[in-house]
Amino acid sequence: MNTTPSIAATTGTAARLQPSEIMIAAIAPMLAGLRHVAVGMQSPIPGSAALLARALSGGRLRVSILGSTRQNAFTDGGRELFECAGQGRIDAFFLSGGQIDGAGNVNLVGVGDISSYPQATQRFPGSFGSSYLYFVIPRVILFREEHSPRTLCEKVDFVSAPGTSPPEVYRPGGPHALVTPLCVFTFDRTRGRFTLASAHPGVTPEDVRAATGFDYDSPAVVPETASPDTATIDMLRGPIAQDIAETYPAFARRVWNV
Amino acid sequence: MSAANPTVLTTADLAAMIPSGAKIAVPPDYSGCAMALVKHLMRRPVRDLHVVAVPQAGFQVDQLIGAGCVARVEAAAVTLGEYGLAPRFTAAIRAGTIEMWDATCPAIQSALQASEKGIPFMPHRGIIGSDLLKVRPDWLVIDNPFAERGRRDPIVLLPAIRPDFAVFHAVKADRNGNVWIGIRRELMLMAHASTETIVTVEEIVDTDFLADPALAAGTIPSIYISAIAHEPHGAAPLGITGVYPSKPEELRAYAQAARTDDGFSGWFEAHVSRERELA
Repeated sequence: MNTTPSIAATTGTAARLQPSEIMIAAIAPMLAGLRHVAVGMQSPIPGSAALLARALSGGRLRVSILGSTRQNAFTDGGRELFECAGQGRIDAFFLSGGQIDGAGNVNLVGVGDISSYPQATQRFPGSFGSSYLYFVIPRVILFREEHSPRTLCEKVDFVSAPGTSPPEVYRPGGPHALVTPLCVFTFDRTRGRFTLASAHPGVTPEDVRAATGFDYDSPAVVPETASPDTATIDMLRGPIAQDIAETYPAFARRVWNV
Repeated sequence: MSAANPTVLTTADLAAMIPSGAKIAVPPDYSGCAMALVKHLMRRPVRDLHVVAVPQAGFQVDQLIGAGCVARVEAAAVTLGEYGLAPRFTAAIRAGTIEMWDATCPAIQSALQASEKGIPFMPHRGIIGSDLLKVRPDWLVIDNPFAERGRRDPIVLLPAIRPDFAVFHAVKADRNGNVWIGIRRELMLMAHASTETIVTVEEIVDTDFLADPALAAGTIPSIYISAIAHEPHGAAPLGITGVYPSKPEELRAYAQAARTDDGFSGWFEAHVSRERELA
């Protein structure tokens, strides 16, 4: 029995919030007012955020979680998500990367000089749908649980999907924000740069700067990431935890002990 | 069963249909992998396979790589998912013993759709500016010939993928060799796009799926099926939707063992070589 939820819920403070809960609570408001959000493979934090956003929307938001049976209405095989996205029927999606750089480029292929491809000093699984979805889904939210100069680097070794494109390239989609256990960055597509939007409770702007391998803009005063209210925390630790456990049992057990 | 219907063979005979050098299309871990059939391929062993992952590869491709059966992998990703990186794939990339054709999920599906339609290529959005174009010289960029006058609209062209064989495990076949796949429509795409389709099934039932519209909608007709084998638990230790779940302990044990050459050899000896002696 995990007693953490009731303590935090009754005190209403963020003191006992876990990093993944802060990330989930930071992502959910970015989905407010949207029609349809899709969640890809190996994305338990975005999946939880999407389910939370759906609950906060009173059920108006449609959520499609790949790998889920209950939270997935696609009936035409693996390709349907991509065809749906190509038509503009999906408003938001989530990508992570072995490396993410300051221009919003995402690397899911590997570390090492591309001239020696396919050999790599470190091989990642591969690009999945990123090389396409980053172009066609309007609001792509990047997430990464390891916030370090290694993962958030100056320049990726392999571009699975570029952060921005020249004007002649068809591109209704692209990066919207980057959420880590330390902070939230927003992305300016015109300038191709991140801005520090907020630092999580207990994290200073200096902490973020030291942990980040790329340059970014920062306001004179960096706001603190808003902590979820008691009702939201209860919702997250109750029905949302149960729902995400269907697709991500190991994650739900680790974070919420369900 | 009439002569036009696919033959029911043993899984060993099914595996024997796949020659070295064949291009085989396989589904992801969640969509019915013919794991029992793959053991026959590894024992033989088949060599120089070109594996097309539709669109990502997992345990079966990692095992085939470890057993030295694979020359080339064409995939949007190779991973054991929540069990971590695919260790034999990663080792082979490091050693330079396999050729890698990195892709992105919808590109593989679209290139199979081109074969489904019998056309040579498919246009595709996205990808421009990705380093995939640098490592995939077979992918071209052209100007959309239908763009508004005076506007440039570069777009990627993907050559059709025509596998020699689609290879997978499904829930059931009927007496006429029709294969029910339910909601796993990527298997339909694979069957339509491949020259031959060979399937292991949990059960063969004495009925006709095409007589029931509810079943027919999720059925690959025998038109596309070359041969079937009855192989209960043919996807284990992976699962198959609605029939049995995966076996996490076995999958974790493989992921752990395959981290080293010796560990993989030990796994192979225990789970592939020895099972033949017991068979």
